[in-house]
Amino acid sequence: MSHEPSGRVVKIEIDGRVVEARTGEFLLAVARRAGIDIPAICQHEAVDPAGNCRMCLVEITKASWDGWSRLVTACLYPTEQDLIVKTHSAPVIEARTVLCDLWLARCPDSAYVQKLAAEFGIEKTSYQPAAVPTDQCILCGLCIRVCEKLGPAAIYTVNRGGRKKVAGPFEGPPPDCIGCAACAEVCPTSCITVAERDGTRTIWDKEFQLLACTTCGRTLVTIEEARYFGRKGGLGESYYQLCDRCKRLQTAQQATKVAGLPLTVGGLGEASGRPFRSPGSLTTSR
Amino acid sequence: MTTSLPARFGVPQELEARCARLKAEREGKRLTILVCCGTGCLANGSAKVADAFARELHARGIDADVGLAFKRTGCHGFCQRGPLVVMMPDETFYQRVKPKDVPKIVEQTVVGGKVIATLLYKDPNSKQRITRYHEIPFYQKQTRVAMRNIGLVDPRDLRDSLARGAYLAVAKALGAMTPEQVIAEVDQSGLRGRGGAGFSTGRKWRSARAAPGERKFVICNGDEGDPGAFKDRSILEGDPHSVIEGMIIGAYAVGAHEGFVYVREEYPLAVENLGHALCDARAAGLLGRNILGTGFDFDVQISRGGGAFVCGESSALMKSIAGMVGEPRAKYIHATDRGLFDLPSVLNNVESWSDVPVIIEKGAAWFAAMGTAKSKGTKAFSLVGKVKNTGLVETPMGITLRELIFDIGGGILNDRPFKAVQTGGPSGGCVPAHLLDLPIDYEKLTEAGSMMGSGGMIVMDDRTCMVDVARYFTRFLWDESCGKCTPCREGLSQLQIVHDRICRGLGREEDLPLMERLGAVMETAALCALGKSANFPVKSTLQYFRDEYVAHVRDKRCPAGICKDLTIYRIIDEQCNGCGACLRVCPSKAITGKPKQLHALDQGLCISCGACFDVCTPMNAIAFDPRPHAAAVPPAAPGAAPARRNS
Repeated sequence: MSHEPSGRVVKIEIDGRVVEARTGEFLLAVARRAGIDIPAICQHEAVDPAGNCRMCLVEITKASWDGWSRLVTACLYPTEQDLIVKTHSAPVIEARTVLCDLWLARCPDSAYVQKLAAEFGIEKTSYQPAAVPTDQCILCGLCIRVCEKLGPAAIYTVNRGGRKKVAGPFEGPPPDCIGCAACAEVCPTSCITVAERDGTRTIWDKEFQLLACTTCGRTLVTIEEARYFGRKGGLGESYYQLCDRCKRLQTAQQATKVAGLPLTVGGLGEASGRPFRSPGSLTTSR
Repeated sequence: MTTSLPARFGVPQELEARCARLKAEREGKRLTILVCCGTGCLANGSAKVADAFARELHARGIDADVGLAFKRTGCHGFCQRGPLVVMMPDETFYQRVKPKDVPKIVEQTVVGGKVIATLLYKDPNSKQRITRYHEIPFYQKQTRVAMRNIGLVDPRDLRDSLARGAYLAVAKALGAMTPEQVIAEVDQSGLRGRGGAGFSTGRKWRSARAAPGERKFVICNGDEGDPGAFKDRSILEGDPHSVIEGMIIGAYAVGAHEGFVYVREEYPLAVENLGHALCDARAAGLLGRNILGTGFDFDVQISRGGGAFVCGESSALMKSIAGMVGEPRAKYIHATDRGLFDLPSVLNNVESWSDVPVIIEKGAAWFAAMGTAKSKGTKAFSLVGKVKNTGLVETPMGITLRELIFDIGGGILNDRPFKAVQTGGPSGGCVPAHLLDLPIDYEKLTEAGSMMGSGGMIVMDDRTCMVDVARYFTRFLWDESCGKCTPCREGLSQLQIVHDRICRGLGREEDLPLMERLGAVMETAALCALGKSANFPVKSTLQYFRDEYVAHVRDKRCPAGICKDLTIYRIIDEQCNGCGACLRVCPSKAITGKPKQLHALDQGLCISCGACFDVCTPMNAIAFDPRPHAAAVPPAAPGAAPARRNS
């Protein structure tokens, strides 16, 4: 659901500090702008908030509520006048602690979850841990939302409740996947595996041919990805013929030709050291 | 026999005149035979009874008798005694009617005007045969508002509904009231959402009316997914016109021109009858363009649900209608501002919609005169479980649980002791015996740790293990949780694991505070009402039946003798008279013995189902004991650990 703040400027109180915000603006955005930290896992600036992980729960009240308060997810709660927000009150910490404990039971061998739980003083889960080895998905849904946002919407959750998982249609390789690996890029627990070897990329049990830079031979994006974003972004097929580095080099060469200056390759800086770089990852890097 | 279906009604007055004429016509009938064809009676074979009536009346040449009408109706509510046949206007009530009884009924009652005593209901307490419908204790304390026409009309015949005054409230609202007046009337009636949350219907409508936007929706929630609940089903099956009528009035009040009825695909008869009713209403000018010539346009379409319990949650339901995965969203922005397709929407339960026409017709004061201070009007309940009179009941709010279960419900099956009643569906709480005098309204049930919910009432006797009950509902909710948010998905997984462990005798005392802590966080942290209340069965059983949990974890004993891993059955030799009743019901052939001789139970074959115990009520010759070495039972495979993705 898209969300437009109505724009009226109001004052709210977060952890004792008075902060200005526009009505309708989500609390998490307001807090972050004011430099107040609220942990959030399933939130990412590239996609709309969903309220899945519940980590960004905060306690809200108003002077007029007669001492009554409630927990809401900061990522989705629209700011309103006179709101008093506590981001680290006892009920908030209690909720976050139990959440981490639950994730640790679900993914006992996930380094990400272990670190998160440790921040709340949990070394070992109070609950029954899943049989090892588990996969390390905490079902935050970021992969799905980023895939939807980029267009292919190739993966989604299947099943309900405790059987829910992220998968392609009929739990097979997703036919609409273009191999851009944006899902893997945003995954907090790094549980979506991407393997690149001999000019191919394997993700979601699907193998993709990688396009090579016509100048340096460095692999760039998958053929499907180039086709998809070339068409969707109106960039044309030729856009992906050169890697970023060679593109800059070419531009610089043309510029120096005009200006009559000498050029050395090393002076342009190295291209990204990551094994792949795609429009997906460009828009979603944290 | 009667006049044909009306052509389009051009003005409200035409409808009013037709309703009056049809009413007079029906009141002039010498006899009307009503055969219940609700789902309960159909399951008991009422379709064959109805066919037998049709055949018999035809064979005797009395089907053309103008003084006689024969109808297949919706649910009369007293499902326990079905198939039901009611003869009007005398209200002669025949129960457990079989096709072979039909010739006799036609011969003696229809032709001869005599009552057949053997087909009458016999009150188990007074042992008296009761002739008339309203004299039966099951019906005496009931007041039917939402279900006013069910059982009295053929849901496939619009004329029947018109004779009962259907759509007169539409004529009144559209013809003589402003939308604001309609909202004020509904607001003053005190009507609150009958789906269970109990939000004021008037306030909801007012917000939706005030919401900016040209396009708005009204939605009927018929996704009744609770185990043991069937009130919405019966209303949609037995009287769809009242629901449509309510929706027209609501649409007029909020300024909507499009409506949806979201109904479960598992309710085929409801879908069918509703579809019929919509076509009939459209043909009569009661739905569609320019309703009753008032210039108001409104139409309704059916959206069939795929069987997900969570789609009964309003925001998940709206997503499902829109063709998306049925997952709830945060409702910090209300549906009345952004609901279906992100447009202002009013969603009400089937029963709420069915209440609306009566409120408009009889006035807010009439409705508000019934019920308690904050819960007005009547409420439908599905009364099921270990109760004598299973069925569908509608009473004024404020009736006590005791009246509902013992007066209307007739008490506990086999006169066993009452233990608890679970109200409000799977995420409701279990209310114990010492709260039986609790008046039923939204606040009182919430205070007792339960909720109104959809009006499900599951009655439990002493042969119910409360830990097992909590485990059952936790399992149901785990299955039906959408799995979107962490506390509900993972919390239910863990609650289920802990319950499995306890029922197998592997529980630990620290499991109880562990579940309480987890449950408290689920209540505050989950995204939707399902997750926020998913803890109620566990919380209420821990609160009221903690001793049973303690017996399971500390003594490895199931006090009710239900948990198989903790219970063994044995025969008390001195009391066994060799009647053979246990031998016949034993599914594993573990009991042997000759007639009138002492029976023996083979522990190696016994599966501890307890069927023998339940049939040995006259002799009480079966007993159960804690199973020795219960701790030796191997641990449960983590039931909630799903097969997960391994990409």
